[in-house]
Order: sequence, then C-alpha cells, then structure tokens
Amino acid sequence: MTTVAHQPDAAPVDQHRDPVPASAKWRAGWRRGRQLTGVVPFFAFIVVFLVIPTLVVAVGAFGSNDGRPTLDNLSALGDGYIVDAFVRSILLSAVTAVIGAILGALLAYALVTAKPDGILRRLVTSACGVLAQFGGVMLAFAFIATIGLSGFVTLFLKDQLGIDLYSGGVWLFDLPGLMLVYTYFQIPLMVIVFLPALDGIRPQWREATESLGGSTWQYWRRVAMPLLAPAFLGSTLLLFANAFSAYATAAALVSQGSPIVPLQIRSALTSEVVLGQQNLGKAMALGMVVVVAVVMWLYAYLQKRTSRWLG
Amino acid sequence: MAGVTARRARKQRAFRWIVVIVLGLFFLVPLFAMLMFTIREPDGHYTFETWRQFFDWPQLASTYPDLWTGMRSSGELVLLTVALMLVLLVPTVVWVRLRLPWLRRVIEFICLLPLTIPAIVLVVGLAPVYAWVTYFLGGSPMTLTFAYTVLVLPYAYRAIDAGLSGIDVKTLSEAARSLGSSWGTVMWRVVLPNIRSAVLSASFLTVALVLGEFTIASLLNRTNLQVAVELLGKSSATMSVAVSLAALVLAFILLFALSFAGRRRGQNRRSIRETS
Amino acid sequence: MTFQERPLDRDASSVGAAGGRDTVPTPTSNSVAVHLNGLRRRFGGVQALDNLDLEMAPGELIALLGPSGCGKTTALRVLAGLEDADSGRVLVGGKDITELPANRRDMGMVFQAYSLFPHLTALQNVEFGLGLRRVRSAQRRERAGAMLDLVGIGTHADRYPHQLSGGQQQRVALARALAIQPQVLLLDEPLSALDAKVRVQLRDEIRRIQLEVGTTTLFVTHDQEEALAVADRVGVMRAGRLEQLGPPDEVYQRPSTAFVADFVGLSNRLPGTVSGDRVEVLGTALPLVPGAASGIGSGAVNALVRPEAVDLAVDPDGRGRVLAASFLGPTSRVSVAMPDETMVVAQVASALLPELAPGTAVRIELRPVPVVVEAA
Repeated sequence: MTTVAHQPDAAPVDQHRDPVPASAKWRAGWRRGRQLTGVVPFFAFIVVFLVIPTLVVAVGAFGSNDGRPTLDNLSALGDGYIVDAFVRSILLSAVTAVIGAILGALLAYALVTAKPDGILRRLVTSACGVLAQFGGVMLAFAFIATIGLSGFVTLFLKDQLGIDLYSGGVWLFDLPGLMLVYTYFQIPLMVIVFLPALDGIRPQWREATESLGGSTWQYWRRVAMPLLAPAFLGSTLLLFANAFSAYATAAALVSQGSPIVPLQIRSALTSEVVLGQQNLGKAMALGMVVVVAVVMWLYAYLQKRTSRWLG
Repeated sequence: MAGVTARRARKQRAFRWIVVIVLGLFFLVPLFAMLMFTIREPDGHYTFETWRQFFDWPQLASTYPDLWTGMRSSGELVLLTVALMLVLLVPTVVWVRLRLPWLRRVIEFICLLPLTIPAIVLVVGLAPVYAWVTYFLGGSPMTLTFAYTVLVLPYAYRAIDAGLSGIDVKTLSEAARSLGSSWGTVMWRVVLPNIRSAVLSASFLTVALVLGEFTIASLLNRTNLQVAVELLGKSSATMSVAVSLAALVLAFILLFALSFAGRRRGQNRRSIRETS
Repeated sequence: MTFQERPLDRDASSVGAAGGRDTVPTPTSNSVAVHLNGLRRRFGGVQALDNLDLEMAPGELIALLGPSGCGKTTALRVLAGLEDADSGRVLVGGKDITELPANRRDMGMVFQAYSLFPHLTALQNVEFGLGLRRVRSAQRRERAGAMLDLVGIGTHADRYPHQLSGGQQQRVALARALAIQPQVLLLDEPLSALDAKVRVQLRDEIRRIQLEVGTTTLFVTHDQEEALAVADRVGVMRAGRLEQLGPPDEVYQRPSTAFVADFVGLSNRLPGTVSGDRVEVLGTALPLVPGAASGIGSGAVNALVRPEAVDLAVDPDGRGRVLAASFLGPTSRVSVAMPDETMVVAQVASALLPELAPGTAVRIELRPVPVVVEAA
C-alpha cells in the first residue's frame, strides 16, 4: 500500500527519462508473478503427470539401458515383427475407420431426419455414447458371448442352419475378429462426432438449391457433400486415431501373440525375459504418438473448416 | 393432393427405419447374446442362477472378492477423479480467463494434448513416475486418480471452456467484486452456479471414462472394475459376461436419463421454418 | 451499366433440364402472372392457409403483411413448391404448377438469412443456378458478375459468405435468385435479420432492382412500413386469409377492417355511435368506410382513428389534458387524456410542441376521413 501512496510524487520525476517508471515496472512484474501463482497447482500437476511421462517416452526412445544416447531402439522399429505390427495396426484402424465412418454417417443422417427431441434420437445417441466410450473389455466379452466358440450366434448358425463360422479357423481372436469388434465401437463414435456437422446443415440450403432448379441428386452432389466432406474426413481420421490407440478390447480378446502395436508395447513392458525391451517399448510408443499426432493435427485442421461452414 | 414434400418425408422415414433397424440388429445381437450366455446352460436349459448371484451382494463379495474390490475401487476412483479434475481445472481456467488471457492458448494446448497420447503410451511414460508415487503414497488403486485426471483433461476442459464461453465471466466477477465479494465467493457463489451444466457434463464424462478405463490400471498392476472383470473372464466366464451386460445397460440408462436433463439443441433452426 | 442494355438471353438460360419450361401465356392469363386459387393448409391445430386467393399481375410486387403465424410465409412456400397445400391450385402464367416439384417451378427465392452456400464465393453462389442449367462457364461468369454489379456488390465477388456482412449476404442472395431469370421472385422476410439502417437501404434497393428487371415479386414481411414502402399492392393477412388487398395508400387510409387499421399504422380506439353511414366520435360525425359497419348495425362501437386525423387546439376550456409528447422529427406525437379516461394520440407538427406542455388543456378536433369501426 505504501507504494501506491508514493507513486504520484515519483512519477513526474521519472517521466522525463523513462516512460514507464522503474517502480511501476517492478510492481507490474510483481503483480504478474502473483497472478501466476494462481496457475501453479495446475502446471505442477501437468509437469509431473503429463510432461515427465512424455519426456520419459521421448528421451527413453533415444537412450540405451545404461542411459547413453543411441538410435538402436529406433532402428529396432524396422525389425520385421514390429513393422508387421504397425502395418496391422494401421490396417485395422483404417478399415474400421472407413467402415465405421460410412455406416455411422448413414445412421447419423437417419437420426437428423427424425425429430430433434424425439425418443428415437435420444435412444440412439445414448446407446452410441455407451458403446463408443465405455466399451473396451466388455465389448470383447460381448463378442465372445456372441460369436465365440460357444457363442450364441455361433451355436445358432451351427445347430439351425448348419453353418460353421470357424470352418476356416478361429478368426475372432485375430485381426478379422478385432476388425469386427472395433467396428462395433467405431460406428457409435462416428454418430457422436458427425451428428453436430449434420445438424449444421441448414434447410435453407436445400430449399435454395431446389428453387434454383436443382434436383435432390444435384443438392447432394454440389452442396451437401462438399459441405460435409471436411467433417466426414475429419471424423474418419478421429476414428482412425481412436482405433489405433485402443488397447483394452484387443488385450481382452487376444491371448496369444501380439498382432498390433499396443499389444507389442504390452509385451515389451511386461516382458522380464528379454532385458532391454523397456526402451524398445518407448520407441514403439513414440512411433504411435507420431502417427496419432499427425492424424489429430489433420483432424483439427478439418474441424476448423467445418466449424466455419456448419457452425 | 399427392404432396411433393409429403412424398419426401415418406421416403426419409423409410430410409430412417431401414438404417435404424439394420444397424440396430447389429448392435442388439451381441447384447442379446450376452443375456443368453448368462442364462443358458450347456445342456440347453435356462437358469437365472448367475443373476440371482449377481444381485446377492454379500454373497457376490465373498464369492468374487476381486470383482468386489474392483467395483469398489472404481467407485472411489470416480469420486476422487471428479474432485481432482474440478479442483484443478475450474479455478485455473476461470483465473486464466480473468487475469492471464495470454495463457489461454497454452492451457488449451496442454489440455488437448492427451488426445494425441494414447493411454498405452502414457502408461509407458507413467511407469517410472508411478514408481515414485508408490514410494510416497503406497500402491493403492486410488493413486490412479492422477493418471485418470490427465486422461479426462481434454473432455473436461472442452466442456468447462464451452460453459464459460456461454457466460461473461469477466463482467460477472467484476460485478461481484464491486459488491464486495472475495475471490473465493466469486468462484463459489457466482461462477460455479452459472456453469453448473458444464461442470455436470465434465463430471459425467469423467465418470464414464473412469468406469471404462482398463489400460492404465491393468499395466500399472492396480485393480479396478475393468481389470477385475477381465480377470474374472478367465475363471468365471458367465459371471464376467453378466457383469459386463449389467454395466453396459446401467450406463445406457444413465445416459438416456441425462439426455432429458441436457439442454435442447437444434430448436432455433426449426423455428425459422415455422414462423409465418 | 443498366440492366436493359445487356438483356440476359432467356432462351440460353432455359436449355437442359429446364428446357421447354417457357410457356406462352394464353390470352386470358395475360394480365395474371400468378394465381393462387383457394389454397388451404393446416399444421396440426393451426389453419395456416384458409381458402387463400391471390392474383398477381406481371411485373407487380405484392407484399404479404401480417403478424407471425398468419400464414404469409406458408403462402410463399406453397407458391415456391416447398410446402404442400391441402387443397387449392397454384397457376403461373396460366399453367397449373400445383403438382410440380420446387426445382422445376422456375422461382427465385431469397430467404430470411443464412441461405448462401458457405463453401462457395459470392460469385460462385450466383453462378450456381446457371450451372444447374448447364450455361457455359464463361457466359455464366459474365452473367453472374453482371448480377453482382446490379446488386452493388461486384467488388466482393470473390468473398465467401462468412466474410460478408448480413446486408451484403442478402444482396448476393438476391443476385443468385435473379440470375436464373425466374418467372417469379419470392422474398421471404429478406430484411428481418438486418440492422434498422441497412434494412431501409436494402429495401429501397430491392424495389429499384425489381423495377429494373420487372420480375413479378411476392414479398413477405411482418413490417408494415417495409410493405408500404416497396409494394405495388399490399395484402394484409390474418389467420390464413387475405383481410385486405390494395395499393399501400388505400390500405393505410381506407383500411377495410379494424384488424387492418390496427396492424397497418397506429390507430386510436375511440368510443362512438353508429347511425346510418356515419359514426359520431367525440362530438364529430365521421364518414364510415363503405361496408365497415356491416354486421355491427347501429349503436355503440369503437372507431379506429389515425393520429394524423386528430387535431389539437390549445383551449383553456378544452376537455383534454396533454399527458406526454414524443418528438419524432418533423412531427410529434402527443397523447391526450379525456375526462372519461380515454386516451387520444394526435400527430402534430413539431413546431407546435412548445405550446403543448403536459397538463395543458386542449380541444380535440377530428378530420372527416372515413374510419372503420368494431363492436365495442
């Protein structure tokens, strides 16, 4: 408080040399510092639980077990089985993202043609919320109960129709099975992320197209599709990242081998047999981050365009 | 009169029902299969023994102690994580809006960062950090709260930020300050009540995420609901499927109930058509 | 550039999908461009259109005016083909288009707001309809550019809708609607989302452009000033029917019903007594609008008297007392309380205002212009 009383006297003297009096500068700095204390807890938490883990991964990927810098871990990413895991992960994510995006978009469109506050829309969006975000282990069990070896559908097909789902081998616990189960949570996620874009389509655009002489097909081809394209692409990318990062479903479903990257990381983390695997795990983790970061960056870019058009 | 618009509405209705029914089957069959799995004996008879057991909680706890522990720790984790998320996020975001606007982009970037870091990657980096956490706080599952708070940051931040964008925090807090409230009062009595629905939706997202989390708990060797269910799957498949089905149905009922509480959207646009 | 110097080639614009759309009007329909015949439409419990009849002459601008929910937008949307009528017919140029879908009706439409395609520039938006008609790209661009010049926005051709103000967006929307040289131009509250000043400016501009291109136009609005300013004829709607249809001055000065008198302009409701074709109000016998008292008969009524038909004279023995005055520029509005607590609003020259301080005793004189009455 004394500084405040002081200032009117000091100011005119200083003004000739320095437009900002030294004491004011100091006080501004002090005030700013005090204001910054308000965000200290947040940043402390972030440093410990987000920044350090990220650094552990990033630095570890470039370090040998005794802590010396090395590129061995990264070059180990070129090993056949790791490359295969990445290829399979990307394939799994891409296929389920595309299928999920198409079917999810159809379902989302069906919902916007219904009443916005109707029961149908509420039911479906709630169900989508559960299946998209809650799934993991439980969805794996759902599919074991459905098309596992003694699953309901498996038995039904075998007993009633004489069809053996697994005549060509048990595929549920491998990549095809993962694709099926992943699709089960990708479609609902698409509905959730794509619905806002569809809601942003204004009825005036269709009416304007019609009054200008456009048919339904021309409306879709020249107005709705170009408008929705960024949102659709962006959502597909989000689905890709979602599948690429997913771990729980695969962990619960796949008990033998590690066909995809998250499972490879698990075995690197838990393996006590091969020493030196720890940092290989970090290199794979870094690889995942790079893929997901690129995809999410593209997603954010497309999202920005969507919000300008359909916001 | 065979109306043009009536014809379109009919076409749309047909399309809607075809899509909803076909995809609905795809989604309902596994759930139905889960139910059948829990009530059908290998010899083809039906029994509700699993469900009787499921609803007999004392017996459930003694028969499946791990499951019981997992459920309880997930429940406790939900409360702790919601609390930590709110305490960490709400004052920080409000304070930054009021006093440190230049930090806003930074905070947003940080909060959205976990979106680009898959949980499995976060575990890799968290492992050494949790070695210290275990050293200081012990190996209780409750320590997962920290990791889960990181995971929910993007969703919680978006919800709260959207809530704050809907009100004029600056004017509100200036008004409250000019009437003589302290910063604590501003936060508690002025800002919070106005972003109640945003806080609610951030909390709900947190609940869903914590109850569904498996990756981090499993790889840091801590038991929560999902880890317990997965473990149970190896010993008692029927009960694990029953628990899964119950959890999915419960989550659905919760979300469905919440959809009535939420704000209604898309209404303004409709009303433009109806004005005459 | 004026529009007439570069006539747009109508035939070139109607090739392709829209080919053969031009019908030669039959002699009987020559003076009627648009004919809405007995339209009915019900939404749930609301009768949006109740046996609506409307004829528009070629090149005419009709404004449909009414409170929200009166059916004016429904009428426009039925004409556009965006809404079905439950019964009734729509004829354009003598041809029945009731069953024709919207995209084959050849109508240009301007919506309330947000109707521009956000992924296209202003120029591309205007080209859109021409593209659908397979007009070649060079010709298309030239014509779209000319339309943008016509609406005074040629310099913004390459901007996207989100880079334009609300008024500019509506200009582009108008250019887009006119570019296809529609048989009928439909304006659905095109100004209601704009600021007051832009609204007046654009309103006058719409009228200028409409006169220049000569397109038959239906203009829907809830703003009576707007309707009176732009229209050849104003149709006042209420509960799905036309209450009155006539030139602006007629609708204003000789409203045929109390509803019209009330909705168009400001009216005093003054108690009076009908006898014959006159009504006695505040001691003055005023002529009745023909047919106005039918169904009421004679006896006590409320007469609707315009403020500008009320004169005030300062008179210490006057029975009225000035309550308040509001300055409106060249004229002012003065409210006067009568001993029986009726309120009379008068419009006076602002120069008189200093004499009319609150509390001043005044005498009220009514000019003998025809009035409408309603049952008391």
